[in-house]
Formats: sequence, C-alpha cells, structure tokens
Amino acid sequence: MQQPNKLTPFFENLNFERDDNTMVINFGPQHPSAHGQLRLVLELDGEQVVKAYPDIGYLHRGIEKMAENMTYNEFLPTTDRLDYIASTSNNYAYALAVEKLLGIEAPRRAQVIRTMLLELNRVISHLFFIATHALDVGAMSVFLYAFREREYAMDLMEEYCGARLTHSSVRIGGVPLDLPKDWIINMISFCDKVDHELEHTYNALLQENRIWKMRLEDVGVISAEDALSWGCTGPMLRGSGVNWDIRKEEPYELYGELDFDIPVSNRCDSYGRYRLYMEEMKQSTRILRQLVPMYKESDPQLMAHAPQYISAPKEEIMTQNYALMQHFVLVTQGMRPPKGEVYVPTESPKGELGFYIKSEGEPYAYRLKCRAPSFFHTGLLQEILVGTYIADVVTIIGSTNIVFGEVDR
Amino acid sequence: MAQHQVNYASAAGLPIALTSVDKLVNWGRSNSLWPLTYGLACCAIEMMASGASRYDFDRMGTIFRASPRQADVMILAGTLSKKHSEFARRLYDQMTEPKWVISMGSCANTGGMFNTYATVQGVDRIIPVDIYLPGCAPRPETLQYALMMLQKKIRRESANMNNNTKQNLRLV
Amino acid sequence: MRKYTPKDNVQKKSYYTDRYWVAPRVPQTEVEAGSHFADVVKALGRKAKESYVSVGQLVIHIKSTDNFDVMKTLKEECGYTQCSEQSAVDYLAQDGEFELFWQLLNITEAKRVRVVTRIKEKEAIESIEPLFRSANFAEREMFDMFGIKVNNHPFLKRILMPDDWEGHPLLKTYPLHGDEFASWYEVDKIFGKEYRDVIGPENRDPARIDRYDTKRFSRVGYEVPFGADISEGEKEQPIEYSETILVDYNKNSSKQLDERR
Repeated sequence: MQQPNKLTPFFENLNFERDDNTMVINFGPQHPSAHGQLRLVLELDGEQVVKAYPDIGYLHRGIEKMAENMTYNEFLPTTDRLDYIASTSNNYAYALAVEKLLGIEAPRRAQVIRTMLLELNRVISHLFFIATHALDVGAMSVFLYAFREREYAMDLMEEYCGARLTHSSVRIGGVPLDLPKDWIINMISFCDKVDHELEHTYNALLQENRIWKMRLEDVGVISAEDALSWGCTGPMLRGSGVNWDIRKEEPYELYGELDFDIPVSNRCDSYGRYRLYMEEMKQSTRILRQLVPMYKESDPQLMAHAPQYISAPKEEIMTQNYALMQHFVLVTQGMRPPKGEVYVPTESPKGELGFYIKSEGEPYAYRLKCRAPSFFHTGLLQEILVGTYIADVVTIIGSTNIVFGEVDR
Repeated sequence: MAQHQVNYASAAGLPIALTSVDKLVNWGRSNSLWPLTYGLACCAIEMMASGASRYDFDRMGTIFRASPRQADVMILAGTLSKKHSEFARRLYDQMTEPKWVISMGSCANTGGMFNTYATVQGVDRIIPVDIYLPGCAPRPETLQYALMMLQKKIRRESANMNNNTKQNLRLV
Repeated sequence: MRKYTPKDNVQKKSYYTDRYWVAPRVPQTEVEAGSHFADVVKALGRKAKESYVSVGQLVIHIKSTDNFDVMKTLKEECGYTQCSEQSAVDYLAQDGEFELFWQLLNITEAKRVRVVTRIKEKEAIESIEPLFRSANFAEREMFDMFGIKVNNHPFLKRILMPDDWEGHPLLKTYPLHGDEFASWYEVDKIFGKEYRDVIGPENRDPARIDRYDTKRFSRVGYEVPFGADISEGEKEQPIEYSETILVDYNKNSSKQLDERR
C-alpha cells in the first residue's frame, strides 16, 4: 500500500486487491474522452466492469449560489456556462422561467427568433455530439466533418449575437435584436447544407459502417422503466422507446404551431440513440424552414411591454421621462418579481432543462435550482456501466452526451 | 535560423547551415508545441474547434496530446475548481521539462465571472503561467495568437533551461 | 459604530426597499373538480395538507414523515413515474426550517406535481431512492449543499464538493466568496499551510488594480520590464507616435520601440 502524501493523495491510479482479484482503476478527471471532468472509479474483473462509481463536482462553480446574489437580469449571462455547447437553450430556459414567474409573454417576433435560435442550437449541439461520439469510438474523420458544419452554424449565431459560444442572445421578455439582413437566406442555405451532409456524409460514413455498428449495437442498454426511474429525459428517454418530448407534450414558444415529428427508438442501445440524434437534426432543419414565413408575417416588436419589470425600448427611454425613471430603477435595483415559486421545464438538446425559482419579492432570487439533464444521466452511469466491457465504457459515456457545465453547475 | 543558400553542385559536398545551438534548439521547440488537452469547461470547446477542420492547428505543428508525458505546453482551458486544483498541479508536475503553460480564458486567468467559493481565483496561484489569454470564451484565433506569442517567447529563451530565470513562482 | 450585518443570512440584499411596497403573489388557483389533479388529491386523501394549482402544476404540501408514502401513492396509483428534481430551500433564518420539494412527472397525462414539505434544522428525511433511482444523486446533492441527512440512502456522501470540504455552500449563512477554509483550500491541499504566506490571499475584488504588479498583466501605456520593482517610483517612458498622420514607413523619422517587451 502506498503512503499518501500531498502530491500523490490517497487514491492512486492503480490498486490491486488480492482477496477478490478485482482491480480498481481511475478514469479522469482529465481524460480526453470523459467529456469534461468526469471521474469514474471502475472496479474491474478482468475486462468486465463490476462496479462503477462516477465522481463529479470537478467543475462545480457555485452557479446556484451566484443566482442568489445576482439580480435576475445579471444572472442571465451566467446561464450560458451551464450547457456551453448550446448556450441559447439555457438562456431561454431561464428567461422562460422568469417570464412565467412575472406572468408575461414575449411578443410574436421574439418568439419566432427564439425558436429559430433554439433549433439552431439543437443542430450545433447534435453535431457536436456526433463529432465527439465518433471521435471517442474511433472515427476521426467524422469529427472533422461535423466540426465543419458546426462552424457554419456558429457563424450564423455570431452574426446574430456576436459570440460564438456564450451567446446570451435571449433576454427576459424577448430578444434584444432583430435578425440581421440576409440572415434568413444564410440560414436556409445552412439548412440545405446540413440536410445534404446528413444524407451524404454522416449516413454514408456511419450508419451502415460495420465497425460503428459493432461498437454501438447492444451497448449501453437501458430499459424504459430504468430510464424513467433514473430521471432520463430527452434522447436518452426516447432512445428507450418512451414517446416523450416537452416540445410536443407541453408546448412552449411556437412549438404548438409547428409541424414536426418526434423520432423514437425502441432499440434502447447506443445505436438507437445515435439514429435519434441524426433524425432530430433533420426535424430541426424542418422547423427552421417553417419559421421563415412566420418571421415575415410578424410585427417588429421585440420585447414584451411590462414597464414594471422590463425596460422600455431605447427610443422611449430617450424621449419619455417616466420610461427613463423606470429604466433607472430597473438597472440600479433590478426587477422585483411576485412572491412565489415556479418550475418551468424546457426541452434542451440534452433533455429536460428546468429552472425552479423561488422568489420572495426581492430583486435577488431566494433560491434557484437548475434541473440539468446531464446530472441525472451521469447518475445513470453507475447502473449501466456494470457488466459491460471496459472498451464499451467510452461508448456509453459518449452516447449519454453529458456536459459537465450543467452536471456540476 | 540563418540558412545560407548552397549550390550543391558547385560546392560538391555537404549542404551547410550556420546557426547557434540556442537558435537551433529553440527552433525545434517552438515549432512543435504539443499541448496537453486539458479541457476543463467552455474554453475546451473552443480549443477543440481550433484543433478541428476550420482552424486546423496541426499545420502549426500543434498536435494535441492526451498524456502529460508527451506534452510541452499545458493549455488550461476553462474554470479550475478547487476540487480539481490538486490534479492540475499533479499533471503539471508530470510534464517533462521544458514546459510552458497557457491560461486560456478569464476563469483560468483570474476566476473570471465565477467569483465564488468553489473556483480557484487564477491558476497562477498553483502553477506558473507563461501566457494569459483573455476572453470568455476566447476565439480560436486568440488561441492561435497565444501560441504564436509563446513561440516568440521560447525563441528568446536560452536553450539551457537553467539559464532562464523563470520569473513566475515555482514551488515544491 | 460598525454597520450591523445579519449573520443568519449573508446573501446580497437590495440596498433600497420601498416600505409601503407589497410584493404581489404568483396566482394560485383551486384544484378544479373532475380534473386529473383532483383525482391525485383524492388519492392522497388526508396526507395532502394543502393543495393548489400554480402555473399549471399541482402543489401539494405534506407532512415530512409522510413523504415516502405520498411518493409511493403518486407513483403507483397516479402514474407519476419520474422524479425530475428534488432539492431544498433554506428558511433557517426566518423559521428555523428547510423547505423540501420534489418535482414529479406523469408521462401519460403530461402533468407535473410538486410535493412540498418542511423539516426542522436537525431533522432527517426518508429517502425515496427505492422508488425513484434519480433520487440517488439528487439526495446526495441536497446533503452536500444543505447538510440535510437522508435516512436509508445507499451512499450518502458529498457529491459536488470534495470529501474533506467544510460547510454546506447553499446555506444562507455561507458567504458567496467562501469562508476561511474555502479560500485557502487549494493552497493547503497542494503546498501545505506553510505556503500561505508565499502565495498570498485570493483577490476577490474584480476591479482591483495593483499598480506595482509588473508580473501578471500589462500596464498599457506605462510598460516597464517584466518583474521590475517599481515601488520606489518608475522611469518615465513616454510613448511616441509618428508625427505625420499618414503612415510613415521612413525609418529615420519614426522611433522603433525596442526597449519595451
């Protein structure tokens, strides 16, 4: 037994236990295929995992504590850093929760723009999933192709909000900006590109690829009961044959008016989940195309009219005294929402992203709880890794699509 | 590197290049910077993007390595939490000399927006940093610029690492 | 006299509150008779102390000792098969109590229920891990963040914070910037307590500028050599710009700044 000291602490990488002939190995927290800072302690019998213990918290940044010390508008950019692969979905989930608390609704054009950004973020996130998952399994070229398409989407986001990764493109009560000129045209050509590449590059490279199928089929099998009980949502739940998508079942924003399908797979394995992600990207481009006429029909108002909570437009602030006073109070003190609590779920690319906000009528939230899908998917690892071979561990971690910004918060 | 044009036919002998040892060694070191993929948070995504098809860092001789033993430069990309800090120091200690550190992003530089109980307020509290890279998250171009600045820095150093006065704190 | 700061809640407070201002409430409506929620309340019977609908979700207040039975009824009779979220809210300063909530989801009806209860400071709560496995991580997080003990949890251990951490971060008594232990955690762990003086305290002021610090960040416009000691005053090094407006490529009239780094 090794003596622990300051630089080699108690848990070393390897530990042989003679009595039951199992080996304990440590995976992470710095590991290229750990999708961030996951640390897994695996107990192995030969090559088979006997016990898996996910150790998280290596990216704990105290975001929930920050929410208690920030006004509602101040906190919005912090939500970018939760699921940093699809930032807008976090911004949106938080903004929607606060809007429900205030009892206001964004105007029509803001809703169209938000839905566009959400779906664009879903494509970005799913492309990232395909890229990293394929890289983990061993298909390097898919990574390069998927990042190429992702850069086009990032350019679109950058053109809209000025940031590549941390967008903060949604405000409480609407969106800050209208779409730039020709943005729609670029977006449609991006949709065409994604549809074409999905069919001709990714499908051709992966779908019937013998190695890909061998590595993914019947790996990481989760039954529907297990998935529900472990709190799985999003593609993890739909990959187990449960037909549940918050966009359809509890429609928010414009999803009630749009025509799209929810792919479901009853294979329950990693391959089924991979097929789901591919199919969801196609549905996202379908939604994006439908939104274009909606955008053209809508009025140009971008922020909701609620002078008690939301600053008036810039022209009014500059011309009307009362609007200026309200703006001053809202900026220096922050808005004071009603007393009460609210839990609002949204379908982020990873699953159900919900914000629970407890307000005591102060400008600072009394408690904010972020229900992150990846947190529960990480908990699931201790169940599904048991009995698999060590080569499949990486596949399973990849197919759960966890992001450590929102696991640890 | 001072390279003189040599007419092989007329010289009828060896191609000759004259340089100093410092320049030769630093030329090698600075043009094959192999970073350790130390992705911690959001900046890691930009680090991946810089390694991928659009920004393509391989053309600069920057090939990401997964092991600290094979890496020359540690790119600390993202928020370093207090729970993780001892591992960061261990990985830094495991890297072979000569080694450099780029602190990528505001969180790694100063703690950034995460001024909380759980975040290390600047990685220079635990490891010496050569280049601070601002931004939240910095674009891949910024990382590229940081690597070029690091190359410049390396070229100015003496090849014998003992002659360099490492100005940053070096403990243990 | 020193300004009074309350010790039981050290979170940020608004600097001004109108004393006649009364906060409105998020609307709460009665449970409609004949709806799905009415069936849920009926199934729970007298265990539901108070129930109302708020923002489309049923909220049920229960006794803290009933929580396992209530969850069991909800899961087996009412079809709430998923526990999406569970956590606590700290009301120790006001009432000496924690408020706990569970957020349940019924997939077939697309309905959500929030079960709310209150426990005293040192009380423990029964684990619902046998019913909903997702509570495994959620209860560990609650224990880590609030120090609420959970009975019959299979592996109740800190999850987000390190094992040797002191304090429970989401309590209102815990400051945002952390306590003494938190601020030296990484130094103590890596180098040992004796290095605290060498490394120095954390800088928690994001607007702080140390004008004598010549190591970390550039002093734009006032550059000095790296690491130079300038506490005794520094040499003036004015920046010189080209005098002509157009870019002058003539080397004689422009100055090369070869001194600065």
